[in-house]
Amino acid sequence: MKRMTALLFAALLSLVCACGGDSGSAGQTVSVNGSTSVERVILTLAERYMLDHPEIKIVYDPTGTGAGLEALQNGVCDIALASRSLAPQEEAAGLVPFVIALDGIAVLVNDCNPVESLTVEQLAGLYTGSLADWSEAGGRSGPVACIGRESGSGTRDGFESATGTEDACILAQELTATGAVLEAVRNNPQAIGYASLASVEGRGGIRILTIDGVACTEAAILNGTYALQRPFVFVTRGTLNDRAQAFFDWAASPQAAEYIRQAGAIPTAGQ
Amino acid sequence: MSDLREVVRRRRRAMERAMSLFFFLCGMAAVAFVLGISLYLIVSGLPAIGEIGLWNFLTDSVWSPKQERFGILPFLLTSVAGTAGAVLLGVPAGLLAALFLAKAAPPRLAAVIRTAVELLAGIPSIVYGLVGMIVLVPAIQRAFGLASGASLLAAIIVLSIMILPSVVSVAEMALAAVPREYEEASLALGATWMETLYFVTFPAARSGIAASVVLGAGRAIGEAMAIIMVSGNVPNLPGSLFAPVRFLTTAIASEMSYAAAGSLHQMALYSIGLVLFLFIMCINVLLHFFVKKEGKHG
Repeated sequence: MKRMTALLFAALLSLVCACGGDSGSAGQTVSVNGSTSVERVILTLAERYMLDHPEIKIVYDPTGTGAGLEALQNGVCDIALASRSLAPQEEAAGLVPFVIALDGIAVLVNDCNPVESLTVEQLAGLYTGSLADWSEAGGRSGPVACIGRESGSGTRDGFESATGTEDACILAQELTATGAVLEAVRNNPQAIGYASLASVEGRGGIRILTIDGVACTEAAILNGTYALQRPFVFVTRGTLNDRAQAFFDWAASPQAAEYIRQAGAIPTAGQ
Repeated sequence: MSDLREVVRRRRRAMERAMSLFFFLCGMAAVAFVLGISLYLIVSGLPAIGEIGLWNFLTDSVWSPKQERFGILPFLLTSVAGTAGAVLLGVPAGLLAALFLAKAAPPRLAAVIRTAVELLAGIPSIVYGLVGMIVLVPAIQRAFGLASGASLLAAIIVLSIMILPSVVSVAEMALAAVPREYEEASLALGATWMETLYFVTFPAARSGIAASVVLGAGRAIGEAMAIIMVSGNVPNLPGSLFAPVRFLTTAIASEMSYAAAGSLHQMALYSIGLVLFLFIMCINVLLHFFVKKEGKHG
């Protein structure tokens, strides 16, 4: 019994130590704050960077583009993350943007759907319900099932801001993962959905539509002709301390491009 | 010699006491977990309700985190409608199956059916959802000519199948416990076997049957994984059987991963958890009430 108590005690003690040790070693930190859409990219980059530079700790606070820019202006963080271009007054306030990556949103339909291409207006019409039948958008007649993502999703945010349909979409299904969207479109000839380009290339049973006559490809996204895209932007106040500058330089370099691609975005470095 | 015996006895007694303390602690662990979870839900669920206002939270029909509107009326009504629908479909089928098993089935057939029901209970809910998504949803879409078959109806059908095992097994136990003399008396008075089953056996087992219904309802209202895949998951009021809807459970499951830490959105999701918890507590109290009554009966 005594031995058991001792063992229990030891286990408890080691647990407490393990919990306490984590926060105890405060190294040098680079604090990053902003868009939740950039979460995958920044976390992949930060993880990689911290592996090579164990003395640096990169802290990311997913608050949203607006809150991130505000935090930057108040000097609370080193780098703000935005998932849109800066407004003129934001640049006038001394914020310096640097586009680190681009995110392309592909529009998908079922393989059986004869529609090949849509304009942004048609797309907005389908999603807001003003075009309720496929025949109004060049397809076979039948009801349209718009498939979207849950609110808070970066892809939804990007799609709705690019089509001007914020909070106006009437959805048939609201799914929580890219895979679920692909599956729903594959199983339903009436469906239309959207997902990040990186996750849909080479999938069977679905077709990627051209938007305003431009096919969704990496090249079209990089040269800006494909409409459904948005930039992932690192924003600074023009100057950075040494450790933040080092991380910034690495993230903008061709070495980091591979990790940005792994995280599902299109890197701008080395183009 | 006697000293040695004394030592052994003392040691044995100490061991005895230690083991009983250990069992006591194991028993208390369950209580501690329930209390801990309740406390956690209350502490983390109340702030958002305080900020939004209880009335607003429960009766606003718009859920739009982006516009900072957090009304759970659509989820609340959907959960009630879905559970009611599942009970309406699943309970009659389950009760009749239980009646057949307890009173009418030949023993060998009864064993086969019982095994099937047990297997049904053992299927993971995600599998129900998967089969529902691949088979049921397209079937509903085709049968009714809809844009998408993911709807309240699909969720109700999946839920009614899921609650079948709990309804069948509890109701069968209640029916089998009805004393043989009741039925024999009814038969002796000239009633047919079917009349006896419906008018004597059923009423005699009513509190056990009520318990089976409540248990089924409890299972239906707490289910998330199976229905998230078939219900469409759009925060609509449940106005039609064919509209996509979102339940209390699936509201939490679908948005938790994207809600920013510490935001009102995340706290509101905890509050939904609290509401769901209260719902299930009420159902458990109801169940307890019926089971107690049953105990007095027997």
